[in-house]
Amino acid sequence: MADKELDQGKRRFLLTTTSVATGVAAGAAGVPFVLSMMPSERAKAAGAPVEVDVSALEPGQKMVVEWRGKPVWVVRRTPEMLKMVSSDQDRVADPASARSEQPTYAKNEMRSLKPEYLVVVGICTHLGCSPVDRLAAQSEPFASDWHGGFYCPCHGSLFDLAGRVYKNKPAPDNLTVPPYRFVGDTKLIIGEDTQGA
Amino acid sequence: MAATEKKLPVTGAGPFNGIVTWVDQRFPLMSIWRDHISEYYTPKNFNFWYYFGSLALLVLVLQIVTGIFLTMHYKPDAAQAFASVEYIMRDVPWGWLMRYMHSTGASAFFVVIYLHMFKALLYGSYRQPRELLWIFGMIIYLMLMAEAFFGYLLPWGQMSFWGAQVIVNLFDALPLIGPDLALWIRGDYVVSDATLNRFFAFHVIAIPLVLVGLVVAHIMALHEVGSNNPDGIEIKKNLGPDGHPIDGIPFHPYYTVKDTFGVMVFLAIFAIILFFMPEFGGYFLEYNNFVPADPLKTPSHIAPVWYFTPYYSILRATTPDFMYVLSAAIFLYAILILKSQFRGGTKFIGVVVCAAVIAGFFLIGAKVWGVLFMGLAVMIFFLMPWLDQSPVRSVRYKGSLSRTALGLFVVVFLVLGYYGTQPVTDLGTRISQIGTMLYFAFFLLMPWYSRMDKSKPEPARLT
Repeated sequence: MADKELDQGKRRFLLTTTSVATGVAAGAAGVPFVLSMMPSERAKAAGAPVEVDVSALEPGQKMVVEWRGKPVWVVRRTPEMLKMVSSDQDRVADPASARSEQPTYAKNEMRSLKPEYLVVVGICTHLGCSPVDRLAAQSEPFASDWHGGFYCPCHGSLFDLAGRVYKNKPAPDNLTVPPYRFVGDTKLIIGEDTQGA
Repeated sequence: MAATEKKLPVTGAGPFNGIVTWVDQRFPLMSIWRDHISEYYTPKNFNFWYYFGSLALLVLVLQIVTGIFLTMHYKPDAAQAFASVEYIMRDVPWGWLMRYMHSTGASAFFVVIYLHMFKALLYGSYRQPRELLWIFGMIIYLMLMAEAFFGYLLPWGQMSFWGAQVIVNLFDALPLIGPDLALWIRGDYVVSDATLNRFFAFHVIAIPLVLVGLVVAHIMALHEVGSNNPDGIEIKKNLGPDGHPIDGIPFHPYYTVKDTFGVMVFLAIFAIILFFMPEFGGYFLEYNNFVPADPLKTPSHIAPVWYFTPYYSILRATTPDFMYVLSAAIFLYAILILKSQFRGGTKFIGVVVCAAVIAGFFLIGAKVWGVLFMGLAVMIFFLMPWLDQSPVRSVRYKGSLSRTALGLFVVVFLVLGYYGTQPVTDLGTRISQIGTMLYFAFFLLMPWYSRMDKSKPEPARLT
């Protein structure tokens, strides 16, 4: 053995192939560990639509329901509130909701099926805080001529009464409108619409 | 060498000499002791700032020990977590002490680490040949931030929940991979029981293991190159007849005694906070965290714990109109690079990066950039060894430019930290924007001002 000349080429080849094969195998073995952190089947299954009775909601009031672990707001807007929304056109960053997320039936000026009822996911599109109500049109510390809407306490984003984000605020898009439909006049199904979403 | 060939340990005759010899013949006990403790030669002029390395080690041990006892009673379950922490506080014998030691220890850790890092900035301890030492230290700092973040979710209070919500959503903002990455971190579509459970796993086992390994690497790198000192000169250049540095003294007993004094002072202050103000006015434990997590309602004012607030301010400062100011600043920076004495290749890369960033400002929204700047503000520390071009290491011999820059940086860091704890106001945002510019200017302009600076000559020996 000792007097046999070493075949360096063969040695290098074996080293390289073994290293590469081991690396591939180690990488492949890591995949189950990484994937085990994705949402479980149980987490995926928990996402059923919720039914909401809005008959007790007075004009100008807001209610919060939980859907998929997130707050969904239902606001019954008064005619004055709707007028305010129309006058916000120049204040908001995406007035036509062109780049925002909503079902096609809510891609309108009032961002809703029925103008009276606003249904949005109450999670700021910036970093996921839940904005607080500043529904009344009055002078606020963050805006002297406030038209009513929502204020995000985390990073100061402002939303009007159609969930549209104000210009030059950290949030990029309007509040998301979830799929929903009406059953009769005062019952809402959130998480499901007539198009079967 | 056969075990029996090893000489008797030079410990002097004592009652344990036989046992020590038996061990030493089978394990390098005495050589480890000598290399790292009794004959690790340390500059003789360590001052106040050199307490914080050993204090960081002390706090690490404190956190690990109190953490172990807390896990004996804590339940990592969204339905039980909040109640189990209250149970520890009220019903577990001495549980309140374990919990308050752990929560106060977390803030103490960052106080000590920030002062330890400031020491390195003062005396140029990151400079060649200590680059890896600095990099290991920076990774420890990053891991510590992760550890603190994971740990803060565990009490499952309002700030725990919404803090985690905001931080995980930072990842969601990243282009392309963002949403899937956030989903992977949470393990659910919202911060939930799955998130709490895995954060517990990271907090109590994964990160602490990595931290301990990194601390070992940090100390090994330190002992390989030797400690820097307030004069920033190498003591190894002046060796005595015994082959040891003339200006060096053994770590033990000189600095073990000094550090013990530091430990006593530290523990006295720690105890005062622990027993009389463990919440520290809402800075160490935020008031809203005594309210159980409610996924439907964000507290009216949310802010991270104080040690994250400088970066949080940078995140909040990045509004769409600020991007125009930044574009102008980066344009000027590109011109500065072009006019500099860098090599052609460096200039080319610098200008291309600047152009790409400006293009990115207009292509990608401010939200993503806020997240990137926040990350960059932490990561840019890694470049310190290469940004600092001063001929001297220590602030003692640096000129007024570098001194002013460092002083200003400390002020900016504190101001950003203060505004990060406050609700958003127009004035606060404006000040944070100025702070953000100055923060990055400290690093990005360093290759220029550290070279232009008129430094004083370094002494040949320690002063």
